Amino acid sequence: MNDLTRGLVQAAELILSGDPGLWQIILLSLRVSGVALVISTLLGVPIGAALGLSRVRARGLITALLYTGMGLPPVVVGLFVYLMLSRSGPFGVLDWLFAPSAMVTAQVIIAFPLVSGLTMTAVQSVDPALRLQVRSLGATRIQEVWTVLSEARIGVVVAIVAAFGSIISEVGAVMLVGGNIEGKTRVLTTAIVLNTRTGEFSLAIALGIILLALAFVANAAMLQLQGMSNVE
Amino acid sequence: MTASETIYQIKGLKKEYNGRMVVDIDLLEVQHGEMLALVGPSGAGKSTLLRLLNFLEPPSSGRIAYQGQTMKGDAPLAVRRQITTVFQRPVLMQSSVRDNVAFGLQLRGQSANGRVADLLARVGLTEFAKAAARKLSGGEMQRVALARALVIDPAVLLLDEPTANLDPYNIGLIEDIVRQHNREHGTTVILVTHNIFQAKRLADRVGFMLGGRLIELADTATFFESPGDPRTTAFVRGDMVY
Repeated sequence: MNDLTRGLVQAAELILSGDPGLWQIILLSLRVSGVALVISTLLGVPIGAALGLSRVRARGLITALLYTGMGLPPVVVGLFVYLMLSRSGPFGVLDWLFAPSAMVTAQVIIAFPLVSGLTMTAVQSVDPALRLQVRSLGATRIQEVWTVLSEARIGVVVAIVAAFGSIISEVGAVMLVGGNIEGKTRVLTTAIVLNTRTGEFSLAIALGIILLALAFVANAAMLQLQGMSNVE
Repeated sequence: MTASETIYQIKGLKKEYNGRMVVDIDLLEVQHGEMLALVGPSGAGKSTLLRLLNFLEPPSSGRIAYQGQTMKGDAPLAVRRQITTVFQRPVLMQSSVRDNVAFGLQLRGQSANGRVADLLARVGLTEFAKAAARKLSGGEMQRVALARALVIDPAVLLLDEPTANLDPYNIGLIEDIVRQHNREHGTTVILVTHNIFQAKRLADRVGFMLGGRLIELADTATFFESPGDPRTTAFVRGDMVY
């Protein structure tokens, strides 16, 4: 039986047995990416919606910055956050480096352009005639904006799901700012790197299966929502 | 025409876009409860005039008085909520037919039930109440848009070529509904149409617009039988090629 097959068998045993070490990694991954997603959503959706609804002159420049942000390499983000949070950095006093807070910070920077950029696109894709019709029916400004956002809701949810898929599977940023410390900052992606290097293939494969499952669920949800949007 | 009978009084109304005059009307008065049709070639400024009358955009100059009150810039919400437009292309929400019809009531914080059901029956769409509005045919969607406008019982109903893309059955149905609502509720109706026969069927008065200006305004019989302006004559006879 080769490494892969042995690893697959042992991975199944680890997952089914509810191994505490495995679950600690899974839960930390979900906590870090979950918190980062919530923060990115609270910031990104209103900003994206405002950009989608507005006609400010700087919108083109802001859009270009957002699209650039979507393509930021996670390891570069990690490097930036590391330098900011290191002892000699401007925010070193926070003492966040090599803690989940630093990981959340890095993932917020990765997720925010995705959430705001895709939200902006979703809002812009709402029929422009809808705003005129809604105003004609007697909507206040707030009601008009709310109606547009409601029409763009599926696109906004797709934005959030896409951001989740992106941050749960990145390794560069969390490795740099988290340090992959057992029991403290070790998440799915950094654990896979470590266990592969140390030959612990069964654990690496188990983690990989779980990460794949999470990414698959996120992408399946996104496709389902996009399908709902197209049907309507 | 006394002041109390006048719902709109327009004086020196102009609207420009990028230096191009789109609406240039010296005087126009619309009576309470009348059905006024505006006809004319594309680009004559008819749809722009409707947007101005719905206070969806401000004029470049001039004034619009609504029920004796001159509106400056944005009209108050209470005024805007007395006027609504049904556009040529029905713009419906991603929800059911029933929810679309109830939308205007929800904006006003009013409960829907009975009135929505009545309007759905009036436009012949009761069986589609729970259906996704955007999955209906074009004619059915326009009937939803009309029901949505009528359920809020507007004082003024503006119709911007509401039947332009519809088959004869739906045209007839929509005309009947509009005529009936006007008679039963005294709703003032201003209809923009390319269909001069529709104007003839529905309107009390007809106005001919050309190049943003109101060339002629007369009661329907006079407009079609003995128009005063040769341009109106050419338009009515179909001699005006554009």
